Amino acid sequence: MTAALEYLLVALLVIAGTFGLIGSYGLWKLRDPMQRLHAPTKASTVGVGAALLASVLSVTLLHDGMSWHELLVVIFLFITAPITALFLAKLHIHATVARRDLPPTGVDRDWASFDERPEDDEPSLPRPADPR
Amino acid sequence: MIEIALAYAMGCFAIGLVMTTARLLMAPTIGDRILALDTMVVNVIALVVLYGIYTGDGLNFEVAMLFAMTGFVSSVAFAKYLLRGSVIE
Repeated sequence: MTAALEYLLVALLVIAGTFGLIGSYGLWKLRDPMQRLHAPTKASTVGVGAALLASVLSVTLLHDGMSWHELLVVIFLFITAPITALFLAKLHIHATVARRDLPPTGVDRDWASFDERPEDDEPSLPRPADPR
Repeated sequence: MIEIALAYAMGCFAIGLVMTTARLLMAPTIGDRILALDTMVVNVIALVVLYGIYTGDGLNFEVAMLFAMTGFVSSVAFAKYLLRGSVIE
């Protein structure tokens, strides 16, 4: 049992290191900004996720009892990584795509990066049509 | 065997940290700099966690969580500033 857990721990550590290296290498190597956005997401999900699971396992293996703090960090990273990626993609669109190539937004406001007015307190989502 | 795997993982993340630092210094666009900073934070979190396994006294939970939070907030604030001209409207 302990030997199997050790093998699992070693496998998780190797996966974490490999994916972390691949993510950073992709950030360095890929050509297009949107491709570069793709690479580090692997490092932040599989890489750090495997490292934190290895930390849970090592606490279980070396000391008695479990440690659930790692899962909080994993959940936080999994929630925040897509938000950061979305903002960076918006920034890329703002920097490279011309105004006339963007589709209409469907609301009375322009695209966020071209709209000069300050934002409302409430987001300007499309309102539903009149109830029938 | 665990020591070898731990050294391999820490070495990989350390090399990744060097790569992201080089990308941060030599980035074609400002978005790449923000992305490189975000990836650096992720690599540092992994290094902190692996160091916790190495010393054997569990996870440095506060350090990892603080890095995750400040990294997320700084990336979003940078992107928001570049998109809208101010962080909080």
